Amino acid sequence: MTAKKDKIAIIIAGIVIGIIAAALAYFGNPKNMGFCIACFLRDTSGALGLHRAAPVQYIRPEIIGIVLGACGCAIAKKEFSPKGGSSPMTRFVLAFSAMVGCLMFLGCPFRMILRLAGGDLNALIGFVGFAVGICAGIVFLKKGFTLKRTYKLPLAEGFALPVIEIGIFVLLLAAPAFIFFSEEGAGPGAMHASIWLSLIAGVIVGGLAQRTRLCMVGGIRDTILFKETRLLLGFVAILVAALITNLVLGSISGTPFFNLGFDGQPVAYNDGLWNFLGLFLVGFACCLLGGCPLRQLVMSGEGNTDSAVVVVGLMVGAAFCHNFGLASSGEGPTANGKIAVIICIIIVAIIGCVNTLRKAE
Amino acid sequence: MIDARGLSCPQPVIMVADALKSAEAEYTVVVDAVTPKENVTRFAESKGYSVSCEEKDGEFTLTLKK
Repeated sequence: MTAKKDKIAIIIAGIVIGIIAAALAYFGNPKNMGFCIACFLRDTSGALGLHRAAPVQYIRPEIIGIVLGACGCAIAKKEFSPKGGSSPMTRFVLAFSAMVGCLMFLGCPFRMILRLAGGDLNALIGFVGFAVGICAGIVFLKKGFTLKRTYKLPLAEGFALPVIEIGIFVLLLAAPAFIFFSEEGAGPGAMHASIWLSLIAGVIVGGLAQRTRLCMVGGIRDTILFKETRLLLGFVAILVAALITNLVLGSISGTPFFNLGFDGQPVAYNDGLWNFLGLFLVGFACCLLGGCPLRQLVMSGEGNTDSAVVVVGLMVGAAFCHNFGLASSGEGPTANGKIAVIICIIIVAIIGCVNTLRKAE
Repeated sequence: MIDARGLSCPQPVIMVADALKSAEAEYTVVVDAVTPKENVTRFAESKGYSVSCEEKDGEFTLTLKK
């Protein structure tokens, strides 16, 4: 009975999150982006001046809300538990690599679902890459891959990232001159819903994701590994809810939010190979990390400092992607980006081998 | 006893899945977070085990019985 209740809970959470994500695009966020974790960490990195790509600079309140919503729920449910020490530097490198994959594809696994819900068939190719990447990670997990255990840490350590997020939110409200904001019409960074609406949306999503342990990587991983479909149901619920919301919003507003095809999709390109390889890298790296970028944000709110390191790794990765010209655009992938994806796939494979063989010692 | 303390999912479940292959009547699993507790419980129940749980100082000792 409990298993059935759990499944219903995650389906309801998925529906709410799918509606919120699609509605955020209606209220001003970039199309098919709702709240893409990779894109929004990248925008935040840009706003803080870690990269200077003018079209993608904005402190995204959704990110702050997700961390704080998860943190609040974890405290309320007595699940807040500061811990860490499970190979933090390896996690940083995996997170960096995952971001290189995300910005090759132009989106995290969550945006992959939103792009599918918007009719973007390039995301279907990305999905295949993502699933194959997770399978690659599973091969290592089954052979005994481990980043070793975590240990309990002082309370203050667990609150570090949530407090930093509050500080970043203050910077958004105060908007001092050293924070960069994309100018109107300059690109996706200039497209956003109002601050408080975005924050509240993030808090709700963070809370729901914390309660249900929602994870895009976990859904596919657990289905393959254990035939456990609970997390996958959340994934499907988001897709269906966002799809229906897109169709409804399209008919209400007269602007189409659903456009089936490969070409002319918002903030996307149609080179199948690199859409595939980008999300292959994300699936592979995140499978070894134990969760997708959304799940990492949520766990950092629960006091997991290893996940906080992953969040920092994703932000630094995003900054490097734009500073080194690795990030794709609607025009397509860059030569530098292609080289970086190949290098990162090799690095993730080496990390997989090293941490699998070590166990056999 | 399966000691999965400090390990993140899915490792605790993989350890339990490997252990269950020996098909004993009873297993003890120790974890130190709610998520692996839930995941191990869900997995063991799907394999026909009944699961009881004792909590002490943030650690959960799960007893799996067939």
